[in-house]
Amino acid sequence: MQFGIFTVSDVTTDPTDNTTPTEGERIKAIVTIAKKAEEVGLDVFALGEHHNPPFFSSSPTTTLAYIAAQTSTLMLSTSTTLITTNDPVKIAEDYAMLQHLADGRVDLMMGRGNTGPVYPWFGKDIREGIPLAIENYALLHRLWRGDYVDWQGQFRTPLQGFQSTPRPLDGVPPFVWHGSIRSPEIAEQAAYYGDGFFANNIFWPKEHYMRLISYYRQRFEHYGHGTAEQAIVGLGGQAFMRAKSQDAVDEFRPYFDNAPVYGHGPTMEDFTEQTPLAVGSPQQVIDKYAGMREHFGDYQRQLFLMDHAGLPLKTVLEQLDILGEEVVPVLRKEFATNRPATVPEAPTHASLVAARDAAAAASVVEPAETAVTA
Amino acid sequence: MTARKLAVVSAGLSQPSSTRLLADRLAEATVNALRGRGLEVEVTTLELRDVATDVTNNLVTGYPSPKLESAIEKVTGADGLIAVTPIFTTSYSGLFKSFIDVLDPQSLTGLPVLLGATGGTERHSLAIDYAMRPLFSYLHAVAVPTGVYAASSDWGSAEAGLADRIERAASELAGLVAESDRSQHVRDPFALPEGFSPVGGFGAQ
Repeated sequence: MQFGIFTVSDVTTDPTDNTTPTEGERIKAIVTIAKKAEEVGLDVFALGEHHNPPFFSSSPTTTLAYIAAQTSTLMLSTSTTLITTNDPVKIAEDYAMLQHLADGRVDLMMGRGNTGPVYPWFGKDIREGIPLAIENYALLHRLWRGDYVDWQGQFRTPLQGFQSTPRPLDGVPPFVWHGSIRSPEIAEQAAYYGDGFFANNIFWPKEHYMRLISYYRQRFEHYGHGTAEQAIVGLGGQAFMRAKSQDAVDEFRPYFDNAPVYGHGPTMEDFTEQTPLAVGSPQQVIDKYAGMREHFGDYQRQLFLMDHAGLPLKTVLEQLDILGEEVVPVLRKEFATNRPATVPEAPTHASLVAARDAAAAASVVEPAETAVTA
Repeated sequence: MTARKLAVVSAGLSQPSSTRLLADRLAEATVNALRGRGLEVEVTTLELRDVATDVTNNLVTGYPSPKLESAIEKVTGADGLIAVTPIFTTSYSGLFKSFIDVLDPQSLTGLPVLLGATGGTERHSLAIDYAMRPLFSYLHAVAVPTGVYAASSDWGSAEAGLADRIERAASELAGLVAESDRSQHVRDPFALPEGFSPVGGFGAQ
């Protein structure tokens, strides 16, 4: 079971003192946060991609490469990579490059992006979001697996004899997750390829995502990648913790009430009841998240949103201390208890290389052995 | 035959409200018309005032509270809908439109609807036809030809105009509800579009 954090890279005014970090301060803060994640024992850091203010993260591979150079165990991922408006050829190149530089500590999460104007800025149309996600990923999948690719599709220039460089590290592409909020087409796509499926989970009631993940698990089995229980599932989460529950509630409330996504709407009490947001003591967060597998089945990756809504860097780092030292170690034990041995861990570069080699070895005919024992 | 399900949405804000009064009259007339055809009816009445905060929160967060979700299911899964709004500033009220805005745009397709409205003056009576009717046409609902507008003066009129309009509209709605099996439909939220391929139109090549 992997635990980590994901960020949307928003630059937001701190509602408690009305200060706003500069883009430069937030960019440097993200690097500090990622390094802190590794320091406190987390496994994954995932960075969003946006092309409009108030977000800074337009070039995730640049940022992730810089973080890779200053970390040694942290898995670097995305939340999400825009498979609709990016050229799949450039994604193939950028992330293979990152994979080499980070010694394989890279995977990606594909997402469509829901900001209408971004599509035409990149020459695309949001009404074609699903067909773009489907076709662009089909090309990306081929570029990482075939050496000289001929390609024709609806959305980009055809390719004749194109080879993306560098080739994936050890000939094994990064693992891919597909993120979706409501589209069964994307769950179907993830299942078809045997890729992972990530449910953002933080802004809506869990019942919605339970249905979507259950659908993905069934289709994963349908396409022959294993049993439904063996499908690769990731979940988002959100927490704010202090030793005393009431301190957490008091400190987080102004950030909740003014948060870009859900602020000025429901009360924090309603929202924590209806969604996976947990605000309280570390034990309360443990209780809420230890219960997730009851709803979603045993899963592979849990990411928390920790650095949004204008929370100052100092507070975020304190939160990571609590998460890494008090919450995640307990959750690791909880999730390991009664977890069936047949449920796989999230794929890593090492496990993907091993699986590839095992498959190659299994396909080799071994006549000598039969001759000796006969 | 299973009972027909009739949903009634009233966007009146005061309590008691003339909008609710009209909604109840329309519901009663529709139930009587259906019973006259030998059909049982289950009526669910939703006062939007009771979910006003939930509707606003849904606009902000993108998801309905459990209370609102249950109300929405009653409306979208019905065999017929009676929708009544006060006319504010020449059109349906903001709360009424906000409720419509949080519905899945596909979820009223084929739903028989009786349009009703109330106002202080008769001069707004066409709001049903220039504001409400296009809204439900866009949503592919089936609005009956007679809309019922009740001005304050209608409630004190000796003429039978309002009562006649209620009877005519209820009769039109009952005819469509009697033929509806909408409430028996099972909806698959994961139905993929026809012809969908996980590798796209050009295939994996």
